[in-house]
Amino acid sequence: MDFGFSPEQEMLRATARKFLENECTSSYVRDRMIEPGGTTDEFWAKLAEQGWLGLIYPEEYGGSGLNFVDLTVLMEEMGRVVMPGPFFSTVLLGGLAILEAGSTEQKKQWLPKVATGQTKVALAWTEPNARWDAAGVTAAAKPANGGFVLSGTKLFVLDAHIADVLVVVARTTEGQQPERGVSLFLVPQGAAGLEVKLLPTMDQTRKLCEVALHDVRVPASALLGPKDGGWPPLGRVIERATVGLCAEMCGGAQKVLDLTVEYAKIRIAFGKPIGAYQGVKHKAADMLVDVENAKSLTYYAAWSVDENVPEAALAVSMAKAYASDAYRKVAGAGIQLHGGIGFTWEHDLHLYFKRAKSSELTFGDATYHRERVAQLINL
Amino acid sequence: MDFSLTPEQEAFRTHVRSWLKANMPPEWSERLVASSDIPRPEAYELLRRWQRQLYEAGFIGLTWPKEYGGRSLTFMEEMILHEEMALAKAPPILNVLGVGMAGPTIIAYGSEAQKKRHLARILSCEEIWCQGYSEPNAGSDLASLQTRAVKDGEHFVVNGQKVWTSLAHVADWMMLLARTDPDAPRHKGITYFLLDMRSPGVTVKPLRQITGDPEFNEVFFDNVRVHESQVLGGVNNGWQVGLTTLMYERLALGFGLQVRLRIALDGLIEMARRMEKHGRVTTKDPLMRQKLAQLWIDTECLKLTGARAITRLLRGEMPGPEASTGKMGWVDTHQRLQEIAMEIQGPYAQLPRGSDWAVEGGLWQYSFLRSRANSIEGGTTEVQKNIIGERILGLPKG
Ligand SMILES: Cc1cc2nc3c(=O)[nH]c(=O)nc-3n(C[C@H](O)[C@H](O)[C@H](O)COP(=O)(O)OP(=O)(O)OC[C@H]3O[C@@H](n4cnc5c(N)ncnc54)[C@H](O)[C@@H]3O)c2cc1C
Repeated sequence: MDFGFSPEQEMLRATARKFLENECTSSYVRDRMIEPGGTTDEFWAKLAEQGWLGLIYPEEYGGSGLNFVDLTVLMEEMGRVVMPGPFFSTVLLGGLAILEAGSTEQKKQWLPKVATGQTKVALAWTEPNARWDAAGVTAAAKPANGGFVLSGTKLFVLDAHIADVLVVVARTTEGQQPERGVSLFLVPQGAAGLEVKLLPTMDQTRKLCEVALHDVRVPASALLGPKDGGWPPLGRVIERATVGLCAEMCGGAQKVLDLTVEYAKIRIAFGKPIGAYQGVKHKAADMLVDVENAKSLTYYAAWSVDENVPEAALAVSMAKAYASDAYRKVAGAGIQLHGGIGFTWEHDLHLYFKRAKSSELTFGDATYHRERVAQLINL
Repeated sequence: MDFSLTPEQEAFRTHVRSWLKANMPPEWSERLVASSDIPRPEAYELLRRWQRQLYEAGFIGLTWPKEYGGRSLTFMEEMILHEEMALAKAPPILNVLGVGMAGPTIIAYGSEAQKKRHLARILSCEEIWCQGYSEPNAGSDLASLQTRAVKDGEHFVVNGQKVWTSLAHVADWMMLLARTDPDAPRHKGITYFLLDMRSPGVTVKPLRQITGDPEFNEVFFDNVRVHESQVLGGVNNGWQVGLTTLMYERLALGFGLQVRLRIALDGLIEMARRMEKHGRVTTKDPLMRQKLAQLWIDTECLKLTGARAITRLLRGEMPGPEASTGKMGWVDTHQRLQEIAMEIQGPYAQLPRGSDWAVEGGLWQYSFLRSRANSIEGGTTEVQKNIIGERILGLPKG
């Protein structure tokens, strides 16, 4: 047994930290927050240059063929700087959906372009009903002229406004078992009837869209994977993306702890550094426990999906349940221990606090995942 | 990252598993309590035999050097053993303070004669140990202890009192901290003795605990003579030696406890499946499902965080921050588990052993009460947080 990172992974961490500290500074993040794009062409090209956009894709599709444990290292670092932009949506949602569901031809067509940064892909899955289960997929795909007509509304879609192509999740068959009739479609940006609207978000580092499908016509070749068989690959995508999200959350929580400890050593009140007071010290100790535990579960989840072990789904839900609570608590405590300065726009803490909230709510919060754990352990 | 075992470790696991299957004491399964990881007085004799049997099978002291009765194996084998014992719901080890604390400290600081004299007998449970640290006026602030040991020829003469001394009523030996130089700074004048509990002048008075059981004691020393060869790690060096013991306590005992949490959780879930709440099975109650799932997550998490800490040990690295969080995490999870056990029982939770209507013989009532000690014994939670804040996070002392 060896439950730790390899020297190569530690190297990846060091490289990522250095790169992101230089390139993804607080002012870079803040500039992106107020722009719709969320990234710059220059920054995106650098991510491609580092090989990170194709990190987890097989080499035959232009990737580096690394695994989710490697990705965990990278995403912890991205979370540490609340990196904005469509990395998560393109690499872990849209791109991964093509990898999991697509034909060899589709993978060859799209993934190398994702890896080089030429193409961004979004995943249009969730709807106004805000459900994470198959029954939540109500957007319809009806056969027409050898192809399909898509209609319905997708909501909370990450980065759809800057995607070149969308993976749209739609229902091809109604029936007793909602898992059975779900299909995935590739829909290019600009398709007739596709309306993408960027929504203001509390966490401005994450751009969410409404995607309206007004009878969007697609050819049969737009089908990604088997008709009616889209739910299982989508489930794998979400499971894996959730691991990446948890890693980001761990990195963010660790950074909040670091900022808070640093501050507690230098901020003087009543003649002493505040960190000398137990009300502060004990809270910091609690934060450390939360951060370390979230990491343990996240690393294990990453390993589980890499190895495809039977308990992978359980491992992922355990990690997401824990990390959702942990990041929220740690970010809140970080603000508390900073006092008034922590409540300002100028201090970076609110970026973490808001990211903690958006991450908590993405793909199910702690309550949702605890119920999943209950089901998976046969309660 | 790799969770697989080497072929040797797999073989060890299989060996432990089949041995446990063949050798579980039959009396144990009857009194089996999902939650019982604390040796209780009526089980002492059984547990003594059980440890002896484990020792003879080569399962106690896995990481100790071969020449002193150990096996010179790694923490991996130790972890495998604990996991298998938890899975089999095997009885706990009676001489837990000897194996977890006295032994490792003697290995670290003992003379050859001390190692030869004590180590194998600790493992075989021939001699049971207790820990004489706390005093009426020295608990968290251990360095203020006042029990005196005054040099008299080749001996030290000990006078004073210890308190909350677990197992002193059955112990043969004590790890004793006493003040040998009252003029030195507090931490510098303390010596660590290996004290024979049969020495004249030692009086043990059991104290009844919240559970009603007398598990810990007051120990009085009235001119007790201890030979100087019984000093461990040098005169006035006792603070250093004592801290080593505490480190082992947190490390070695720590991960055994984490694994045993699994026994309790499995038992809790079994009980929840049998009990009804407001006319439906407890495990179908949405709030209960949330609580049970969180316990499951926390239990797995402790195991995983422990595995990260062990990985560092195996790699020969310094312990990381994750190593310090285990005790606190365990305390929190175990106390919550016991609270939930009461909640599941509803009004029945009021009925302990001896009540006709008690659930599962009323054994959870004992473990529920016993769990209150978890955040006090072995360093209180508040003190643990001070340690994490100061030593791990580098925050200034108060
Ligand atoms: C079941 C049980 C078994 C035990 N077995 C043994 C044994 O075998 N051998 C042995 O030597 N001892 C044993 N102990 C004693 C145990 O180690 C002490 O009880 C413990 O260290 C606390 O000391 P105290 O009881 O004097 O409490 P105190 O130190 O007086 O603490 C009282 C309260 O004040 C808090 N407090 C104290 N100092 C601080 C601080 N600096 N910052 C914040 N809060 C603080 C504590 O956390 C606690 O909440 C046992 C205790 C129990 C409950």
